[in-house]
Amino acid sequence: MGDIWELLDSVMDPEIPVISLYELGVLQDIRRDGDAVKLVLTPTYIGCPALGIMEEDARAALTAGGYHQVIVETRLAPAWTTAWLTPEARRKMTAYGVASPQEGGIACPQCGSVNTEVISEFGSTACKSLFRCVACHEPFDVFKAI
Amino acid sequence: MKLHDPLTRYVVRLGDDALIMGHRLSEWMSRAPFLEEDIALSNVALDFVGRARLFYQYAADLMGGEVTENTFAYQRDVRDFTNLLLCELPRGDFAFTLCRQFLYDAYSLPFTQALCKSADSQLAAIAAKAEKESRYHLRRSRDWMLRLGDGTAESHERCQDALDQLWIYTDEMFECDALLDGLIAAGIAVNTEGLRSEWLDTVTETLHAATLVIPKAQGNVTGGREGIHTDDLGFLLAEMQFMQRAYPGLQW
Repeated sequence: MGDIWELLDSVMDPEIPVISLYELGVLQDIRRDGDAVKLVLTPTYIGCPALGIMEEDARAALTAGGYHQVIVETRLAPAWTTAWLTPEARRKMTAYGVASPQEGGIACPQCGSVNTEVISEFGSTACKSLFRCVACHEPFDVFKAI
Repeated sequence: MKLHDPLTRYVVRLGDDALIMGHRLSEWMSRAPFLEEDIALSNVALDFVGRARLFYQYAADLMGGEVTENTFAYQRDVRDFTNLLLCELPRGDFAFTLCRQFLYDAYSLPFTQALCKSADSQLAAIAAKAEKESRYHLRRSRDWMLRLGDGTAESHERCQDALDQLWIYTDEMFECDALLDGLIAAGIAVNTEGLRSEWLDTVTETLHAATLVIPKAQGNVTGGREGIHTDDLGFLLAEMQFMQRAYPGLQW
């Protein structure tokens, strides 16, 4: 049977498939109970339909690794926040083309300029806003700070 | 479907507000004035449907047995729904939808903030998540009030007309009844009457900035909390529930 952490490190956010559930802060806890593996997941944005897919993907990865009894518990409190994104996750998101909320303004993932403006509070998924870079004119997605 | 437990009734009430609001917003999908706004309306719709799911899942846990979140959404009839009438009014034009949204968002933010302090830990946990999104919902719908109200003569007129039509439905948000009185005393429910002045401050400030005027009071229409609805809710449910009514238990 595979190492549980290694197996789960391969489970990515379906919308930003370069960061894992752990880096995203969705995977809160793992516990062994005899043969069973218990995962604690927390939803990100309430309207995000991806939590069900994340749960399925985590189950599939563990099953493929030899763990056939997987129990998933959803935990709401404390409420997920973008502050939980690891620095590594932020770096990967930026490289993927999605800016993450940070102090000092929103930086364009293409050219790095912080001279950016909001186009719409809502972007292509529940987690994103739509911005435009004033310097290089590229539109881009921003992970909404919550 | 008769609910007796006060906490379950309250949780379902909150779920009903969110589901019906979410459904009305979802009707804009592919019909909004431009692409970004289409996406925004659909996103806010998702937020409200997601909120409804959390409330209904909790209510289903409280009831136990065969009841699931879908039971509340798809297997109840008009008289069982206890949402605010404001949420069920047809979407109207873009100004009407955004005015409704602004009036509701200005209520929803202080409401979810207050619900974070509920003695019921699950309600507090749901509220803590909903409160975060209520902030940007209000920011967006307030922006639209300014753009429409202080925009062209036509957008101003449509916005003012919408406010005049909606105003009589706003009082219901703050109404307290016997169910609420008991749960407020237990520290579980939000005393909505206490949110009225903050709501009115937000609305007054925004409408003033948007060159719109607060409509004159013409009485209030209520009844949603008792299941007494406008004709429109039945048509909404007929569409929303069709698949589960035609093919009970259907799964995608």
